[in-house]
Amino acid sequence: LTHIQNTELETYFTSNKSLTGTLYLTATHLLFIDSHQKETWILHHHIASVEKLALTTSGCPLVIQCKNFRIVHFIVPRERDCHDIYNSLLQLSKQAKYEDLYAFSYNPKQNDSERLQGWQLIDLAEEYKRMGVPNSHWELSDANREYKICETYPRELYVPWTASKPIIVGSSKFRSKGRFPVLSYYHQDKKAAICRCSQPLSGFSARCMEDEHLLQAISKANPVNRYMYVVDTRPKLNAMANRAAGKGYENEDNYSSIRFQFVGIENIHVMRSSLQKLLEVNGTKGLSVSDFYSGLESSGWLRHIKAIMDAAIFLAKAIMVENASVLVHCSDGWDRTSQVCSLGSLLLDSYYRTIKGFMVLIEKDWISFGHKFSERCGHLDGDPKEVSPVFTQFLECVWHLTEQFPQAFEFNEAFLLQIHEHIHSCQFGNFLGNCQKEREELKLKEKTYSLWPFILEDQKKYLNPLYSSKSHRFIVLEPNTVSFNFKFWRNMYHQFDRTLHPRQSVFNIIMNMNEQNKQLEKDIKDLESKIKQRKNKQTDDILTKELLHSVHPESPTLKTSLCFKEQTLLPVNDSLRTIEGSSPADNRYSEYAEEFSKSEPAVVSLEYGVARMTC
Amino acid sequence: KEICLNPGALSTLDSITLMYPFFYRPMFEVIEDGWHSFLPEQEFELYSSATSEWRLSYVNKEFAVCPSYPPIVIVPKSIDDEALRKVATFRHGGRFPVLSYYHQKNGMVIMRSGQPLTGTNGRRCKEDEKLINATLRVGKRGYVIDTRSLNVAQQARAKGGGFEQEAHYPQWRRIHKSIERYHILQESLIKLVEACNDQTHNMDRWLSKLEASNWLTHIKEILTTACLAAQCIDREGASVLIHGTEGTDSTLQVTSLAQIILEPRSRTIRGFEALIEREWLQAGHPFQQRCAQSAYCNTKQKWEAPVFLLFLDCVWQILRQFPCSFEFNENFLIMLFEHAYASQFGTFLGNSESERCKLKLQQKTMSLWSWVNQPSELSKYTNPLFEANNLVIWPSVAPQSLPLWEGIFLRWNRCSKYLDEAYEEMVNIIEYNKELQAKVNILRRQLAELETEDGMQESP
Repeated sequence: LTHIQNTELETYFTSNKSLTGTLYLTATHLLFIDSHQKETWILHHHIASVEKLALTTSGCPLVIQCKNFRIVHFIVPRERDCHDIYNSLLQLSKQAKYEDLYAFSYNPKQNDSERLQGWQLIDLAEEYKRMGVPNSHWELSDANREYKICETYPRELYVPWTASKPIIVGSSKFRSKGRFPVLSYYHQDKKAAICRCSQPLSGFSARCMEDEHLLQAISKANPVNRYMYVVDTRPKLNAMANRAAGKGYENEDNYSSIRFQFVGIENIHVMRSSLQKLLEVNGTKGLSVSDFYSGLESSGWLRHIKAIMDAAIFLAKAIMVENASVLVHCSDGWDRTSQVCSLGSLLLDSYYRTIKGFMVLIEKDWISFGHKFSERCGHLDGDPKEVSPVFTQFLECVWHLTEQFPQAFEFNEAFLLQIHEHIHSCQFGNFLGNCQKEREELKLKEKTYSLWPFILEDQKKYLNPLYSSKSHRFIVLEPNTVSFNFKFWRNMYHQFDRTLHPRQSVFNIIMNMNEQNKQLEKDIKDLESKIKQRKNKQTDDILTKELLHSVHPESPTLKTSLCFKEQTLLPVNDSLRTIEGSSPADNRYSEYAEEFSKSEPAVVSLEYGVARMTC
Repeated sequence: KEICLNPGALSTLDSITLMYPFFYRPMFEVIEDGWHSFLPEQEFELYSSATSEWRLSYVNKEFAVCPSYPPIVIVPKSIDDEALRKVATFRHGGRFPVLSYYHQKNGMVIMRSGQPLTGTNGRRCKEDEKLINATLRVGKRGYVIDTRSLNVAQQARAKGGGFEQEAHYPQWRRIHKSIERYHILQESLIKLVEACNDQTHNMDRWLSKLEASNWLTHIKEILTTACLAAQCIDREGASVLIHGTEGTDSTLQVTSLAQIILEPRSRTIRGFEALIEREWLQAGHPFQQRCAQSAYCNTKQKWEAPVFLLFLDCVWQILRQFPCSFEFNENFLIMLFEHAYASQFGTFLGNSESERCKLKLQQKTMSLWSWVNQPSELSKYTNPLFEANNLVIWPSVAPQSLPLWEGIFLRWNRCSKYLDEAYEEMVNIIEYNKELQAKVNILRRQLAELETEDGMQESP
């Protein structure tokens, strides 16, 4: 543990002021404590980049960008200290081995059986049972039990019962990374399925009888509609280019009962640079409205979000309207395919809109099917070209749905933000590694903890107070994807810039009120039973008195009730709200602001890092 | 009551007296006549308890000094009516500086006026300088906030207008802020409405059209200037004088928004109505000219400009950032928007008090406030989350904090079913909470009574 005193934390987007304090470097966190003893904690694993800027008169500026979109600016008085910190952070934020990640040292003081219980909270076999498989059309295949057919798939896979092992093996050889078509979601009501796989190795003309057979088996597993959709989530051009490399897409002529469809979601590299542009624009000092919107447009971010949403809607419609099964793939079938399959299921099945169901969904379509969390989130010092905000986009799509359907989700925005926090934190084992096989080799279930029980313990924080749980499981969400329905998710990309947020949160108030209502209901019950008791006692007393008056004029047991205390009536919601007026210094209304605020103390709350605010 | 989406000849009736308000016969019982709900004398009484530095002046009784001012205005006590007449000749449209807002916390004030008519040769007016200085306390400085850029203000001199030379007003410092006016605003609105009404736009096109409309840029400009004025008053302890050219558009946006920020009373329903009455109707915002046609109409009329709508949008932005600090909800603002453009009530007719007087609106038409302030109507506009907040509320003016007002611009293009249901659910939770609290209180009292009763029975 090292520390450097007199470091300044610049609140420089807000005003030209800064807070002075001490910077501490621990094994896991960077900690800044200001003169008011306010603490700012930054997990090393959250650090995306550290930058040392040119020396200034006040010291050496250090800019840290985090994966949870926090940006902090420090000014370290001595350049050598700054250099040391810079080097340490570079090392600490990029680990070479999984075993050096926080999860392996994190100790929440639980014993082994508690730890195991935590891991058993989400049981995918249970989930497939809930969906209604195995059944007369779908069965559990043991083909991949030893990861022999596909290393990046889970051990347990569901396939049509007519698909024999040779067919599976044959098909897997015809699919990129051996990721052959398997069940992702089964719609019990419509008897239709969402299946997933990777691209076929078709090149310009190659065919594979087993693969064609497997697809036919899937379409036949749907008793209502024998046509199925094959959805290639890539732009057509990309898919065509892949043919030159011996990969490609299905030829409708070779498969007897498919309808083929491109939906045009861009690849991980486009998404990475899109997010980068978005963050650049939003990090600009003195951002104008017009720069904000033209930046939002040129980043293409919302266009990508809409493309993913449209693809998921395509899935939901195919199942609901046409009663058709759908097979989804992209290139390797672990990025766009995961996005579209999970989002499609969430539109179809209200279970996935509950807290527990959403965890199950992530475990199923993301973790078990081998979304490469460690590579996409850059957990280890690896290839930066593998990093991409694919999962973040999924969370953002869900957020857009919560905006359009405020009552359809059991969870709130904080839940999504918390999950996003932990895909990068490496504090829990769930998101470490790139596939189940790797996770088993890392012995994560023995050496690390699962995130989900910790979230469930804190469930209250993540509940949507407006949630209306309808009894029917298959209420489908039909979001409107007109462009104006997609908005910049400020609470994600500026979650630490509190001055940009509404100063009073309707959501928190309603959430607290809901809690208070529960307490009040309890109070009423208590009071009513007390009153009843009291009344019974009175009637009893009168009876006893009448009977025993001559014998026992004074009952000593009743004397206690004499000490009657005036109870204070319940306060009206005062405690529920924090009224804030905030400060003009947070907002830079004019070039005169600096001059104006000379005598004013800094009002910026450090807790939230550097606020980016301009006028 | 519905807004005419395709306004033809009907919405541009030349003769005001042929308009609906003159034929509208109310089907409700008037409890309180809205025409008398907000009298300047009453408003002044609120101030007069706090300060004796100001007085009511009736110099404009016959609308002779300033045709766009009301008959009664508040001016510094030390300035007599004769001086006011002289100052009026030095200010655009005769709009001499008058009191707009008195900040009780520190006695600082917001004044507003028309531009000074300095012209190219730097004309001066001793009475004007005296009047403006009379509003400053000893040793205090003030700020003149000109809602035009320096460039535009300088150009205005060629047409006889101008701005205060700091040499002649040594205790005042001038700040130029640029708020757009007239056709630029109208074009902005037309572009925005057009962008919102075309649902086929792809994402890029929608975002670029939204940006090109510049609507939110105007919102940001106006809010920023209002915040600056409020900052001068509350944080700097300095009075401000606000004007642009005529002092009937951007000036009023700034003075009224600054009050929303500074004055908790203006965030109540009555207070907001009073604010509109004072800072827009009596202050002479030419509603007839500015809101001649439907806001959704895409043909240009010379004086048409969504100045008032921009103000309402800014209020909505602050309301969104401080959702518990306003007694009214979004529907209240939407209702005001509708009535400003098309109404069965006379309130927003005419361009000034003098016109309204000539039209005998008080006798011939019904006031909007008479209708709105009925309890049954008010309940629609009441914010269930309201809890009086006596603080100054400083909104964020960053682009990330200023969304499009969907309740206005997308109201016909989006399905609000789920949002409405969620709002209802929220109201239910709040109502239920009140119910439960009331019940708990009753039960506690009941229990307490039983306990005393028991005690009484035992004590003899």
